[in-house]
Amino acid sequence: MQISQLLIFLILFPLLTAVFMLLVRREADRTWIVRISAVVICGVSLFLLFMAFDKGSLVYRFGSERIGQLMFVIEMLLAVYILYLGIKHRKTITVALILVQAGMLVFFETGLISAIHPVSNLFIDQFSIIMALIIGIIGTLICVYSLGYMDTYHQLHAEIKDRRNMFFFVMFVFIAAMFGLVLSNNLIWVFFFWEITTICSFVLIGYSQTPEATNNAFLALSMNLLGGVAFVGALIYLAVVDPTGKLFALDTLLTSGYALALVPAVLISFAGITKAALMPFSSWLVGAMVAPTPVSALLHSSTMVKAGVYIIVRFAPVLSGTPEGLMIALVGGITFLLASFIAISQSNAKRVLAYSTIANLGLIVACAGVGTYNLMWVAILLIIFHAIAKSLLFLCVGTVEHSIGSRDIEDMGGLIERMPKVALMMFIGMAGMFLAPFGMVISKWAAIEAFTAAPFGLVFITILAFGGSASLFFWSKWMGKIISVMRNQENVEGNIKTEMWTVLSILTALVVIVALIFPLISSMLIEPFVMNIYGETTRLAQANLTIMILMLALLMIMPFSMLFQRRDQVITRPYMGGRPTVGEMKFAGSMGTTRDLVLSNYYMRNYFGEEKLFMIGVLLCWGLLLIAGVMIAGVVL
Amino acid sequence: MIDEPGYSVISAVVYLLLAPVIGGLVAGIDRKVTARMQGRVGPPVLQPFYDVGKLFEKENPVVTTTQNFYVLSYLVFMVVAGALFFSGGDMLLVIFAFTLSHIFLVLGAYSSYSPYSHIGAERELIQIIAYEPMIIFTAVGMYMVTKSFFVSNIVTSGLPVILYLPGVFIGYLIVLTIKLRKSPFDLSTSHHAHQEIVKGVTTDFAGPNLGKIEIAHWYEYVFLLGVVYLFFGFNPLIAIAAIIVAYFLEILIDNTTSRVKWQLTLRSAWLVAGTLGIVNLGVLYYLRMVVAP
Repeated sequence: MQISQLLIFLILFPLLTAVFMLLVRREADRTWIVRISAVVICGVSLFLLFMAFDKGSLVYRFGSERIGQLMFVIEMLLAVYILYLGIKHRKTITVALILVQAGMLVFFETGLISAIHPVSNLFIDQFSIIMALIIGIIGTLICVYSLGYMDTYHQLHAEIKDRRNMFFFVMFVFIAAMFGLVLSNNLIWVFFFWEITTICSFVLIGYSQTPEATNNAFLALSMNLLGGVAFVGALIYLAVVDPTGKLFALDTLLTSGYALALVPAVLISFAGITKAALMPFSSWLVGAMVAPTPVSALLHSSTMVKAGVYIIVRFAPVLSGTPEGLMIALVGGITFLLASFIAISQSNAKRVLAYSTIANLGLIVACAGVGTYNLMWVAILLIIFHAIAKSLLFLCVGTVEHSIGSRDIEDMGGLIERMPKVALMMFIGMAGMFLAPFGMVISKWAAIEAFTAAPFGLVFITILAFGGSASLFFWSKWMGKIISVMRNQENVEGNIKTEMWTVLSILTALVVIVALIFPLISSMLIEPFVMNIYGETTRLAQANLTIMILMLALLMIMPFSMLFQRRDQVITRPYMGGRPTVGEMKFAGSMGTTRDLVLSNYYMRNYFGEEKLFMIGVLLCWGLLLIAGVMIAGVVL
Repeated sequence: MIDEPGYSVISAVVYLLLAPVIGGLVAGIDRKVTARMQGRVGPPVLQPFYDVGKLFEKENPVVTTTQNFYVLSYLVFMVVAGALFFSGGDMLLVIFAFTLSHIFLVLGAYSSYSPYSHIGAERELIQIIAYEPMIIFTAVGMYMVTKSFFVSNIVTSGLPVILYLPGVFIGYLIVLTIKLRKSPFDLSTSHHAHQEIVKGVTTDFAGPNLGKIEIAHWYEYVFLLGVVYLFFGFNPLIAIAAIIVAYFLEILIDNTTSRVKWQLTLRSAWLVAGTLGIVNLGVLYYLRMVVAP
């Protein structure tokens, strides 16, 4: 089979599944179609890896004028649809933005590119393979998980209209669009898929149709449309600079001499920043958690925000060493620092996860903006590790929420007894986010080493040192909450469906396996990719790799020590101090009353309060973006 | 010579065997000196060994058996961090292993769900985030001076690291105060009875588990003082003198100050890291990158 056929298959097959999702009437049919599609998409993504990992960068001439016209028509139809919704819900900003964007697009399509011939539309290289694997495996796993989740969701929320056909339709369109985005070489195509992901996320965030969901959906839409406007701006600039249209091919653009590519790189990075929910646009991702949890998992791990960082990492070689790139990197760095701080003050599990995502995306953009070869390596590594651990954590929180009826961390005390298996999976997921020798720490470590050699690296090392400590704090206290052992707790894991278990187990295994085999991923995919662009590459020293793997092995052996415990153990009550205690975990009060013991974590809201830090972040990041804007305006004029 | 794998394995084994002995002695001398400062006679120098020996003879009361796992992991990864350090490994990796081991201690305290160990755990976490930036700046500073993150290269560089990193060294002394559990930053647990909420983070550990935590402390002492050595690695005699002076200073601070609130701990540690640490590194950076690239 040709690789080009695989690429087309990966884009079209999820679309086909999506159509079926719209048509199915019976629950059972939906279940098997989703399962089979998931297996097929995972399989084909892996087959693509097998076929293409050693081929380097390949481009394919595919498609014709027709496809371009079809995309334009779809974009216009979607614009009309958004316009209708915007007017219906009286969202002035959304209406204004969609009008501007559609106007620019019409100008671009009719006035500028009529003479442009189709370029090599599809391509594949190691980075695209990595992205395809993330989308193909994690994205479809989340879809399978949604089958069980959405069923319970509608049982628990009877007031919400059951629109599952729509839900799964959009989920699969989302996956198709993501494949399209990472496999397209033609920037016009990238933009088309980019807009599709924006609209998919809009529909999914607003799924429950409550006023809050609708508002947050429109917030996400507006911010992403603003990014879309910048993206079209980049397209128009390219069409004006080079009327032959050769520069629309990503591979040509990225090797065309960086001065020329800088303006579109900054504009598209701006679009990436909106999509990756960096400050000042972080509020849409935090608001997006009103959606059912699998949607959050999808948005945070394999789609949407990853599209944002994907495109910025693509342009990293262009941004590298430029003042504009530094501004974008600083936006990322400040976002990392402040979002990590804000996460300390949050007790809602999904908000903590959201801020942790925002922080990590910030770190990826900081790496890409500085853009030296070893930072590019770190950025890709971060994308991989983050996708796996974060999807696992979201799905765990979703499962817990359905079982205990709360997503507040303060309600997760003693989870290790109430839901031992899920708690263990969450524990591993969190370890994957901040403890050695798992993925994110490997990346943080490599980032510190790489920044020591980069221009203005000290600024970023400082940011990493403080932001990293903050993330240590909020993860550890959450971990502490779930592993604290309270007495007499009932096990409430019984009602979790089999397919949810399967997905959770696979993702947990992936967290560990990828930490073990990442040297292989690095040498097979990331290093050749970085080598190809920069002519030099990086990796961790062999001695360190060995030590890391030994540490991981040790960590996995340690729990078995519990099998060899002394027989004479005395189980005592926790120490309650000099206060008289009545029975289990209760204090005796005066006048014969008893009080339950309630323990709560520190949230330090005076120091790390959301409102204050968010304001600071918005101001600083807008400032930096404006400076970058002025700089490229200088280039254009 | 130091790069040979055999040499680093031997160093690690020597650390494994000797560190608890040296650490225990340091703890004993510490108690003696402290007692003299307070006008007491103080226990024999070998008292810490007697104490730990006795702890291991006692039964092992636990609130939950998972505590055993957390305590053992704390000890094991503390040993791993120290062994990596003394075998000349990567400073950043050492720091990450060090952090990992402390997280296990915190988790052990959380697991028992007692109000006292819960507060101890929260405070221990605050201490960790208070010193974490500075310890990373220490590693980065040493890299900037010696062009290597590997302890073996830093110690054999022959450079007077302290002259390049005076600010970082002062910052590191604050890390040392926190980590040696000395006043004014002994929030989570202290050696002194008069300022203690029921032994903080170790409230619900007793018997052999408490003994393991003590041994882990001894390993930790030796590792922390080993980092002081790196600042003076160009001359072993000066280095050892510096370690003694630094430790004496810590005891003095311990006995002349009283515990502060966590807010002040966090603020002062971050302030020092953010001023002395960063300014020091900034100057170095400027010299290396701009003046003489």
